Amino acid sequence: MNSAQIEIQLIASLVAIACAIPGTFLVLRKMALITDAISHSILPGIVIGFFITHDLSSPILILLATATGVLTVILVEFIQKTGLVKEDTAIGLVFPALFSIGIIMISKNASDVHLDIDAVLLGELAFAPFDRLIVQNIDLGPKSLWIIGSIVMITLSLLFTFFKELKVSTFDKGLAASLGFSPILIHYGLMTVSSITTVGAFDAVGAILVIALMIAPAATAYLLTQDLRKMLSLAILFGIAGAILGYWTAHFLDASISGSITTVLGIIFLLVYLFAKNKGLFSVLYRQKQQKIEVLLLTFLLHLNNHSEKEERHVKHLTEHINWQKVKAKTVLNLALKNNMITVEDKIVSLTEKGKTFTEEAINYIITNKDTEIEKMKDRFFLFRG
Amino acid sequence: MPYNKENKIAVKIDDLTVAYDYKPVLWDIDLAIPEGVLMAIVGPNGAGKSTLIKAVLDILKPIAGSVQIYGKPYKKNRSLVAYVPQKGSVDWDFPTTALDVVMMGTYGSLGWIKRPGQKEKKASLEALEKVGMLSFKNRQISQLSGGQQQRVFLARALVQNASIYFMDEPFQGVDATTEKAIINILKELRKASKTVIVVHHDLQTVPEYFDWVTFLNVKKIATGPVKDIFNDDNLTKTYGINYKVAINQ
Repeated sequence: MNSAQIEIQLIASLVAIACAIPGTFLVLRKMALITDAISHSILPGIVIGFFITHDLSSPILILLATATGVLTVILVEFIQKTGLVKEDTAIGLVFPALFSIGIIMISKNASDVHLDIDAVLLGELAFAPFDRLIVQNIDLGPKSLWIIGSIVMITLSLLFTFFKELKVSTFDKGLAASLGFSPILIHYGLMTVSSITTVGAFDAVGAILVIALMIAPAATAYLLTQDLRKMLSLAILFGIAGAILGYWTAHFLDASISGSITTVLGIIFLLVYLFAKNKGLFSVLYRQKQQKIEVLLLTFLLHLNNHSEKEERHVKHLTEHINWQKVKAKTVLNLALKNNMITVEDKIVSLTEKGKTFTEEAINYIITNKDTEIEKMKDRFFLFRG
Repeated sequence: MPYNKENKIAVKIDDLTVAYDYKPVLWDIDLAIPEGVLMAIVGPNGAGKSTLIKAVLDILKPIAGSVQIYGKPYKKNRSLVAYVPQKGSVDWDFPTTALDVVMMGTYGSLGWIKRPGQKEKKASLEALEKVGMLSFKNRQISQLSGGQQQRVFLARALVQNASIYFMDEPFQGVDATTEKAIINILKELRKASKTVIVVHHDLQTVPEYFDWVTFLNVKKIATGPVKDIFNDDNLTKTYGINYKVAINQ
């Protein structure tokens, strides 16, 4: 690895950290869409800043663009408060308007301004090491490394200082307000940090990757944990993993770094979505199947409990009267046998003592409307689950 | 401590008007709630019951009027007040545990920046024990039943160790056991001279649970001891002639 490669991965990883922190709170506040809006609507702020400073990494430009980001949020809330349209529509109205103002400004001055819409949207990490911070002939490294590094430091210190306030106002706005932690102040604080991060990162990685790095790692972490601190750490880890794996993917495919990182982030999310222990698709499907069979089992046991006559307890009866297909009937019968709930003699099914106790307890819970207790009962009675 | 005439006024509301988009939802409310009462706020849907609580707690800005908590504005006496919002007002999929939610009740006394420590944790565990939820302390909140979630909310209010408790429909969607447990805790609070104000829907249980009642329907209809004013006349004024339908709901 040469130093440029290390620098690129370092910048991408720092951007991942800077994005994961506000991203986690945005995902929890169901405001993921607002990052999309901010990342686009900062364009006029960037353009005006660039007209004034002619330097994409100037603090004045960052300030102006951040202000545009916060303005987006204010405008969205203003339109939403009229009650005429919902929040998503308000977002959809505001950011294209601001974004297109930016585009018009660029195209009107295209001849004498070197600012490219592609660069704003997609960024070019590969060029980041070329724009260096040189003070008194000493090379201090890429400029974007310094910008992103400072943003990470600010974000981390704000997170540690106001963790409690962020948590309570995200979980329960009403309580936060009644305790004297102004939810509005915290909301705009978070929006400001999100805007600064977006502005600071867009030059290096582009607007689209900023959205991906804010939302995808946080959404992935959300599937895996039930603890806010762990969710934050996991989001940071997924972000960094995406940044580094994405860089090398781009290296070997000779493709865009931003595009590769975004793709890797998507793949990580997909894998977690499929395989996560509790919320993952496969585990949900498995649980559903298990529950379905266990409900059938209970139905079958209730039937046996209700009928002493032999013809009602014949194995064949399962497929004829209860109207189950052969496969289904066999699965249920096997499950009941494996759990010692029934015995079968001459194709006549009878409840065992254990089967009787289980069924009667279950009936009791069903008529007293305590269905949730049945799940606990299963842990006591079942040797094998469906 | 049961109510007697010498009791101080815990909450005083004067000329309170709240509007959403210029449409008044609460109209010129005057209310004096004496210390040590267990009060129900009743009224039909859209009567402004929750809005009244939110305006008192500074969550909503009224367009007119003032609120005093023991003679001072809410902002000055915030620490004397605890709040139990409607269970449905928060996202129970939020990644946190029962204990952590209760700890949030201690944030008010900590103020900005300061973190909760051992003292706050101990108080929160005690509050969880009081509501019978200690064994669920590390349970993720989405894994709790509706009744258990409500108990956690109650524990969070208890840990605030306030003088006045505002509760927005604490009995909504809870089982009979939880309802009993909650009302017992509320009665204990009253015994300790605390003032408890509850937005309540079930008119049938008002005489059994509460000793004070306020009838509300955009305007204040009546307020006072349940035995004096919980009658057909006030119910009809609040709910219209079909109030018996409301009772049977």
